[in-house]
Amino acid sequence: MEILIGKYNYWIYIGLMMIGFYAMVAKKNLVKKVVGMNIFQTAIILFFISTSYKKNATIPIIIKSQEVIEPIQYINPLPHVLMLTAIVVMVSTFGVALAVIVMLYKQYKTLEEDEIIEILKDKK
Amino acid sequence: MIRRTESLLVETVCRILIPLIQLFALYVIVHGHYSPGGGFQGGCILGASFILMVIAYDIRWMKHRFSEKKNTLMVALGVFIYSLIGFICIFLGAEYLNYGIFHRILPVDVAKARSLGILAVETGVGITVMAVMVSIFLNLTTYGKHEKGEV
Amino acid sequence: MKIFAIIIVILTGAVLIYSTFDMPDWGNPNSPASVHVSPRYIEKTIEETATPNAVTSVLADYRGFDTLGETIVIFTAAIVCILLLRREDDKTH
Repeated sequence: MEILIGKYNYWIYIGLMMIGFYAMVAKKNLVKKVVGMNIFQTAIILFFISTSYKKNATIPIIIKSQEVIEPIQYINPLPHVLMLTAIVVMVSTFGVALAVIVMLYKQYKTLEEDEIIEILKDKK
Repeated sequence: MIRRTESLLVETVCRILIPLIQLFALYVIVHGHYSPGGGFQGGCILGASFILMVIAYDIRWMKHRFSEKKNTLMVALGVFIYSLIGFICIFLGAEYLNYGIFHRILPVDVAKARSLGILAVETGVGITVMAVMVSIFLNLTTYGKHEKGEV
Repeated sequence: MKIFAIIIVILTGAVLIYSTFDMPDWGNPNSPASVHVSPRYIEKTIEETATPNAVTSVLADYRGFDTLGETIVIFTAAIVCILLLRREDDKTH
């Protein structure tokens, strides 16, 4: 029982990761695959940030009127900093993926993966 | 392709709200020392205000006020400001991006000099993020054809 | 085809959940992520950088190189979008 109380945050985010993974693997439309990749990356970012929490602690903005600063009163700021970089990388890959999808639509006039494979087989 | 929405309600409300959104974005960038915020968050809000201009009116209205050429220059300007701060630290005698050396030219102590260095760097990051969001949005919605035809 | 995808997803989820049994509990203040260098950042951020926000001071001062690299990443994404999409019509066919 204490395994469930101690680790349920990891299990929730693993469930969200698997929803994004299923969308990337099983859907046939290209835009839905890219949206699945976005869900997967968001779940990883939330997973990382959930490891920074400490019980009965507050946000990492130091209250100025304190004499001695105890690091156990503030949550860990390092995962937040690393995940800011991860969010920017997520936006960049999403933008470039959408640009590639626009180019594919101009060339093949369709966005379904199996129709594109049919056109490529016929061209041979 | 985005066509002009002929709705008086949307156009009037957005005309009032867009300067307030931009003012809030500048507040988030500058107040990043004392509250949650900083360069990336404020840059995203500033970029969202320009996208709201495109959604409420149309692309020609927005490009009449903030042209594509200025936008592409600002993409590079933010990275240039960041690197320039680092090189100024080398010229004053310290390592790259060591802002504590600013206490030699400004009348502040070392801790306040580092705080001013953080503010300058976050401004550069905010400018770049805003320009990138507007640039990617314009390129995706007009298929790359900005000048010719109906957009 | 979809059955195959569901089996793969369930297997991957089971392996990941099995691997979380060794991770530290939620809310534990002695987890290895919060012990080595982050107490130093929290204690010294006001006396060294005069910035109460620990996240901004770590992002822009203690780890300033990473933020420079990240700004270059988002700059590269904008350049790639311009390069891919701004082409003449008679060159695509």
